[in-house]
Amino acid sequence: MIPGAFEYHRPTSVDEAIALMSRHGDEGRVIAGGHSLIPMMKLRLAEPGHLIDLRDLVSLKGIRPAGRCIEIGAMTTQQEVVASELLAEACPILREAALLIADPQVRYCGTLGGNVANGDPGNDMPAVMQCLDASFVLRGPKGEREVPARDFYEAAYFTARAEDELLTAVSLPIPPAGHGYAYEKLKRKVGDYATAAAAVVLTMSGGSCESASIALTNVGQTPLFAEAAGQALVGTKVDEAAVARAVEAAKDIAEPVADMRGPEEYRTHVTGVMVRRAVERALARAQA
Amino acid sequence: MTDATEMTLEEREATLGGIGCARKRKEDIRFIQGKGNYVDDIKLPGQVFGDFVRSPYAHARVKSIDTAAAKAVPGVLAVLTADDLKPLNLHWMPTLAGDTQAVLADEKVHFQNQEVAFVIGEDRYAVSDGIQAVEVDYEDLPVLVDPKQALAEDAPVLREDVEDKDNVGQGTRRHPNHIFTWDVGDKDAADQAFSGAAVTIKEEIFYQRVHPCPLEPCGCVASMDPVRGELTLYGTFQAPHVVRTVVSLIAGLPEHKIRVIAPDIGGGFGNKVGAYPGYVCATVGTIVLGRPVKWVEGRIDNLSTTAFARDYHMTGELAADSNGRIAAIRVHVLADHGAFNAHAQPSKWPAGLFSIVTGSYDIPSAHIAVDGVYTNKAPGGVAYRCSFRVTEASYLIERMVDVLAQKVGLDKAEIRLRNFVTPEQFPYTSCLDWEYDSGDYPTALNKVLEAVDYKGLLEEQAEKRKRGELMGIGLATFTEIVGAGPSRNCDILGIGMFDSCEIRIHPTGSAIARLGTKSQGQGHETTYAQILATELGIPSDDITVEEGDTDTAPYGLGTYGSRSTPVAGAAAAQAARKIKAKAQKIAAHMLEVGEKDLEWEVDRFKVKGLPEKAATMKEIAFAAYQNLPEGLEPGLEAVNYYDPPNFTYPFGAYLCVVDVDRLTGEVKVRRFYALDDCGTRINPMVIEGQVHGGLTEAFAIAMGQELTFDETGNIQGASFMDYFLPTAVETPVWETDFTVTPSPHHPIGAKGVGESPNVGGVSAFSNAVVDAFAHLGVSHMPMPHTPWRVWKQCQALGIGE
Repeated sequence: MIPGAFEYHRPTSVDEAIALMSRHGDEGRVIAGGHSLIPMMKLRLAEPGHLIDLRDLVSLKGIRPAGRCIEIGAMTTQQEVVASELLAEACPILREAALLIADPQVRYCGTLGGNVANGDPGNDMPAVMQCLDASFVLRGPKGEREVPARDFYEAAYFTARAEDELLTAVSLPIPPAGHGYAYEKLKRKVGDYATAAAAVVLTMSGGSCESASIALTNVGQTPLFAEAAGQALVGTKVDEAAVARAVEAAKDIAEPVADMRGPEEYRTHVTGVMVRRAVERALARAQA
Repeated sequence: MTDATEMTLEEREATLGGIGCARKRKEDIRFIQGKGNYVDDIKLPGQVFGDFVRSPYAHARVKSIDTAAAKAVPGVLAVLTADDLKPLNLHWMPTLAGDTQAVLADEKVHFQNQEVAFVIGEDRYAVSDGIQAVEVDYEDLPVLVDPKQALAEDAPVLREDVEDKDNVGQGTRRHPNHIFTWDVGDKDAADQAFSGAAVTIKEEIFYQRVHPCPLEPCGCVASMDPVRGELTLYGTFQAPHVVRTVVSLIAGLPEHKIRVIAPDIGGGFGNKVGAYPGYVCATVGTIVLGRPVKWVEGRIDNLSTTAFARDYHMTGELAADSNGRIAAIRVHVLADHGAFNAHAQPSKWPAGLFSIVTGSYDIPSAHIAVDGVYTNKAPGGVAYRCSFRVTEASYLIERMVDVLAQKVGLDKAEIRLRNFVTPEQFPYTSCLDWEYDSGDYPTALNKVLEAVDYKGLLEEQAEKRKRGELMGIGLATFTEIVGAGPSRNCDILGIGMFDSCEIRIHPTGSAIARLGTKSQGQGHETTYAQILATELGIPSDDITVEEGDTDTAPYGLGTYGSRSTPVAGAAAAQAARKIKAKAQKIAAHMLEVGEKDLEWEVDRFKVKGLPEKAATMKEIAFAAYQNLPEGLEPGLEAVNYYDPPNFTYPFGAYLCVVDVDRLTGEVKVRRFYALDDCGTRINPMVIEGQVHGGLTEAFAIAMGQELTFDETGNIQGASFMDYFLPTAVETPVWETDFTVTPSPHHPIGAKGVGESPNVGGVSAFSNAVVDAFAHLGVSHMPMPHTPWRVWKQCQALGIGE
């Protein structure tokens, strides 16, 4: 449990960080909260020659309104997400999900940017971002671009981010007022990754579902945007038949692996249970 | 001559802070300020570090080890392999169970993460780099992880080193992978009872491999003083004196040249009883280098290589009449001991005290056979917060009584009441020859049933069942056997399992007491002082309790198996009584009366009939150093080595209520009521803390802990990512209660309590989970009751969707 030798860098600007990333290529790794990278380094599953610490990049901190979106800096901690009045008001699913990540100590260090950029299918925020149709702001030597969360994840730990790009912010469209939401996570204990989890955001109008978005955590190589599951609810009263169709659609795309949390069959089954419960709670919270 | 204070008798008693008072734990003052002193806090001048190259294979031949590159790593000082230890004859070491264990893999590895080489360096980074640079060439061999397959005729031979031996220390072997058969009871009588029985039940009950997982892992600092020729070994030792003797025997150093110090220990639960390769390698390292060598294992090392617990494949049978009165019990156990037979039990008991399996019930006949087997898993087999193999036994009988109740259609409380050893039967000798010292089982159970409104719970359960909801009520009425133990039948490496206490009273009336046990969090500094306060009439706040340094503490066998209070606690009381006897002589001299004219009262000797004429213990202490009767030697000290006449038998009645989510398989513990009877209660707050801790570990075991292996012997779940250590969030709320049935043979009537809640708790949880499905015809479900396993049960019953 002792990491190998590495050079430590502490850039004070985003440009400097990107320059360091460009210079060191696959020998370099950026570190934010460190909750994924440090354990990997201690097990020597990761042995970066250069560690680029982002903690002095104050410009990457903060939660601010930006037109019809909210922009959250990549170095914003999960605790800051939990504590944000703006998010609690405009997009409360983030607080609900953040509170299910690890424990308070971890949330004070762990960052939103690290959580979404790492590509670990066990992380909770990627599915929430897919559910909200958020975009990730990536900055590299050639400039800045935005990639939708729904297109960002390629395989476990593989994402659309290029090696010399830094994920600087998350931009999320503010969901309509009165939307219903829920993040349901089945886990064995505090601090555990999900056995299965589902994020749901929906809007109702005149007793009928106007829009619905569903995404799944830790039941595949990547977070899964369950488009068909959401579509199964749109235009319905979110009655039993519609929910059952959504559940089946979500289970259809789930491809969990067997682990200590349970065999594939169980994890697929509880994916359905989480979707059902999240939909039910989101519906109860939605304003007609 | 009395002091000037006008305190009442009650106030004087309260001032003592003696037996029965809930004083706060003295050790917590340093622990909660981060001022404890654990092994990894020890930093000696010139100290270097050592750690292991471990095998990725569970079974392989070690064809070659190339250490050249590792030795070239800057900061690496030495790399030890089995070949380096061979000339010292330290490449293998004896286990506590009569077998031998490889210190560093000698030609073969037998389990994953086994120690292959020991790298020593200036700091942990150099050591870690050195470990990566050691090149080991393995040839993998067929792996055995299933003890049943290990006994197949054509099974690969695991232990080639003992292939020709028909005995490896605990009895005759009948297969190269077989270790021993332990057979007790009257087979003919049991068989006869079964053939004539109205009702019989049989259940396969597996108690999974778990690990005690103390928060502080194992470690040591070995420091050889080459000038004096003295070795000091600091370590996480539950039994420091035994370690000193073992080191002397295997390293060939004279015992008086070895000082073993166990500093503060962060939990043991049995894991820190045995000797590990790290201790041997650090000791060799310091002898070779002349510098102190520290070895502290990591979490994965701890979970995957140091002593595990259980892994008992049990087949239990009960025979009963139609009223549910049990006539006989038969048990067969296939015990998976891993690669080396290194379990920690008193030498004469290959299955520990497993024959306590008749539990709290008056069962006329019994037969037990236990077969120990080698597999490609880490060695061990310790008592994880229980007396030797008692949790296994108690889990088996408590589960089987429920199965029997189901079969004969009796309520589970009623079947227990019908089979209990009755209060009038004590002292009660079981058919397997244990003499239970005292108990009152019906009173305990009835008190619990009343406290929780058992009848109301049954009605609620019946209602819920009608609605298709799953609610379970689990009972456990267990008997522990602790305080090992009488030297006539208990020894470790031939040393009787007595324990000891030495007391010195200082002239100003304060005292220091040293004991042969070693607290790992139990609160000995608090509770021993309370025993002494009551016995000696000196306030517990004025008594320092010290343990863990073999140069100062009297020889003792250490702390495990809830033996500290029953054995060392008794030694403390007896040593105090020796002091009191001398104090009485001094008091008689001081008060100018005969010894027989004096009587003891709380903190002083009084002249009978003249209550104002008295000498307090404080005054007597001073007199012991300047005003003595002729012929009496000065000072006020005593030592006692206590060989207990019998074990003690704490017991309890636990009730657990669970609700099961049939869609996710999650089990929610709604209520847990634990009544413990540990005899005389020394400190109710410490007892409550022990019960809370034991129940929490029982909850962890029953609901989530397990170490499993894939078919190639890769250990699964050996980190905190998977190994279930519940936090305050998962842990249920505990309700505690008690009755007091003192032990008749213990000087203060105390029995020990630290492990009872784990023994009784596991079966209470498991019984509750199974009971949630009992109306659907389910009689047993395998532990741990993780959500996916419980859901599989729901699915099998067609209620999981």
